[in-house]
Amino acid sequence: MTTATSTIQELANREYQHGFVTDIESESVPRGLNEDIIRLISAKKREPDWLLDWRLKAFRHWQTMEEPRWWPNLRIGPIDYQDIIYYSAPKPKKKLNSLDEVDPELRRTFEKLGISLDEQKRLAGVAVDAVFDSVSVATTFKKTLAEHGIIFCSFSEAVREHPALVRKYLGSVVPYNDNFFAALNSAVFSDGSFCYIPKGVRCPMELSTYFRINSAGTGQFERTLIIAEEGSYVSYLEGCTAPMRDENQLHAAVVELIAVGERAEIKYSTVQNWYPGDKEGRGGIYNFVTKRGACRGVGSKISWTQVETGSAITWKYPSVILQGDNSIGEFYSVALTNHKQQADTGTKMIHIGKNTRSTIVSKGISAGNGQNTYRGLVKVLKGATGARNYSQCDSLLLGDRCGAHTFPYIEVKNSTAKVEHEASTSKIGEDQIFYCKQRGLSTEDAVNMIVNGFCKQVFLNLPMEFAVEAQKLLGVSLEGSVG
Amino acid sequence: MLEIKNLHARVEDKEILRGVNLLVKAGEVHAIMGENGSGKSTLAGVLAGRDAYEVTEGEVRFDGKNLLELDPEERAREGIFLAFQYPVEIPGVSNTYFLKAAVNAIRQHRGLPEYDAREFLKLVREKMRLIHMSEDLLKRPVNEGFSGGEKKRNEIFQMAVLDPRLAILDETDSGLDIDALKAVADGVNALRSPDRAIIVITHYQRLLNYIVPDQVHVLMRGRIVKSGGKELALELEEKGYKWLEASVREPQPV
Repeated sequence: MTTATSTIQELANREYQHGFVTDIESESVPRGLNEDIIRLISAKKREPDWLLDWRLKAFRHWQTMEEPRWWPNLRIGPIDYQDIIYYSAPKPKKKLNSLDEVDPELRRTFEKLGISLDEQKRLAGVAVDAVFDSVSVATTFKKTLAEHGIIFCSFSEAVREHPALVRKYLGSVVPYNDNFFAALNSAVFSDGSFCYIPKGVRCPMELSTYFRINSAGTGQFERTLIIAEEGSYVSYLEGCTAPMRDENQLHAAVVELIAVGERAEIKYSTVQNWYPGDKEGRGGIYNFVTKRGACRGVGSKISWTQVETGSAITWKYPSVILQGDNSIGEFYSVALTNHKQQADTGTKMIHIGKNTRSTIVSKGISAGNGQNTYRGLVKVLKGATGARNYSQCDSLLLGDRCGAHTFPYIEVKNSTAKVEHEASTSKIGEDQIFYCKQRGLSTEDAVNMIVNGFCKQVFLNLPMEFAVEAQKLLGVSLEGSVG
Repeated sequence: MLEIKNLHARVEDKEILRGVNLLVKAGEVHAIMGENGSGKSTLAGVLAGRDAYEVTEGEVRFDGKNLLELDPEERAREGIFLAFQYPVEIPGVSNTYFLKAAVNAIRQHRGLPEYDAREFLKLVREKMRLIHMSEDLLKRPVNEGFSGGEKKRNEIFQMAVLDPRLAILDETDSGLDIDALKAVADGVNALRSPDRAIIVITHYQRLLNYIVPDQVHVLMRGRIVKSGGKELALELEEKGYKWLEASVREPQPV
């Protein structure tokens, strides 16, 4: 064994950094799923009837659906939907009147994760909604945002305070019967974030939601709904972590973005670091998420940027429906799979309006026994005269036990459309590493530098602080991957 | 500065170096000439610490230290620089970023404070003038889309910035037209100094018209079969490598 390999072996044993469990009294519903459980969740949240009806409709539809038979290249253990706890929340001591009253144990948990719920300590330009298991425990900077007419709160609060908006847009991009996991989410979703940017307002800070799974045996089913009116702009970020557990935990979220008016713009960034399971592939989060945006306004824009380093299995395709003429959809993705992780991710760009444009840049990195798949659809409908798409899918392999797969689907029904697709697969070469080492860099620094260079196009699209975070995260996730 | 004694090395089962002896002092420029397959690049690779080569016998001392015990990055930090025959591309990583990381890794090793952006830029500007590099190469990703000449020039530029004690130029002339060759040679000559030794590895005498060596060695079948002054290169050019074939068959005293 060479020296370089042995260093790498040592680093490989470094553990997931967010794997701790918070000891806090929780209130859960009984294990399993039936109409009574859904009624119970809805009642706990004191929801209006229309929402309970919607949940039940989704549940009844879900019962008629079959679990997806998975893509041939994804290996997935069976999921027992009756063995999941669908709602778990830290027991509230009393009603919270201000952020200072957040349970100190929860506050400490988020501090430990680097998310301060203290507005003074928080990065100046970022407002946070912190979601712990099934509920939102705190939202910062609400007042500052309200001065601009921006609504940023937990989903439950939005249902209570802004029912008309929720009712109008909930399920309008991802209907309750969209797919198996979206239907499940619609039936049992517990909380999430809600955001509304009024006409002409440029959101003065980054909005972010931090998702934390804590309790064992639970699933997390949250919904995010973001609405941007004419001429408004918002940049939104989500981060995710979970404790280390031997069993797989299910995370089935739904995110709906609606760029309603002319030139409305939503930028949505994800840094996903759910527990990936151990080196042998035991445990880890099943991350089965439906994310979709609709560009309804003329010249509106939705941009997805994702850095996916965690989860045992990631299955998600953040998509954009380009309805408004001249609207723009973008998807920038870095997906890293190490050890026995599997990722099947990509996007769908549906061109409906005239002169709609979309850009797809996907960077897949596979290390260890990781399997990484890009799966994407570019669809140009008849009326989408002048539509343009550019797709670029690059895969980087570290070692010889991992895999990279690319499945680009293209359907064009308008002859004026221009669709370009480029793809490449490369291996981090011993030559590249040796070159860096000959200039004085360590193996670890060399690999980090090469991988970060590979991902640069995507990182450029992340807000500054998170780009730095993402680079570090990539470094940690890669440890133990060469040799 | 560099002392190689009875060095044997192999790739897989094939013995390539079969008892190389060489002494290089600070301030000297040595040329190592030889045909393809004579072991020139293997010697460069062994000195830089490439994994593919296994040293089976002999020793290499660099400033008194046992070089063979060190990892490639430690050798680099100690002051050994290899100008690659085929410089490697690193997409997405700018030349500047790469070099700054390298300079600071070396400075850290020597117990010096790391350069900040301003200090580094000053150093880079100075070296760019010295070897006539254009600024746009700095911003581009390491070697990506560079022409053959640009790649080789970039190697010499890196050498200027990293300021090594011993520079090994592995076939730096290969694939260059005469103008590019001259430009690279000018760069190397600008970097000659009493504290630095340079080993020029080449197949052809041509490069040595521009980088004039103090000593010339001929490597053949893994051994240095003849050493001499700069005129040896001219003699070799005239008579060809065949001229020395006979000497290889005789056992070489160690």
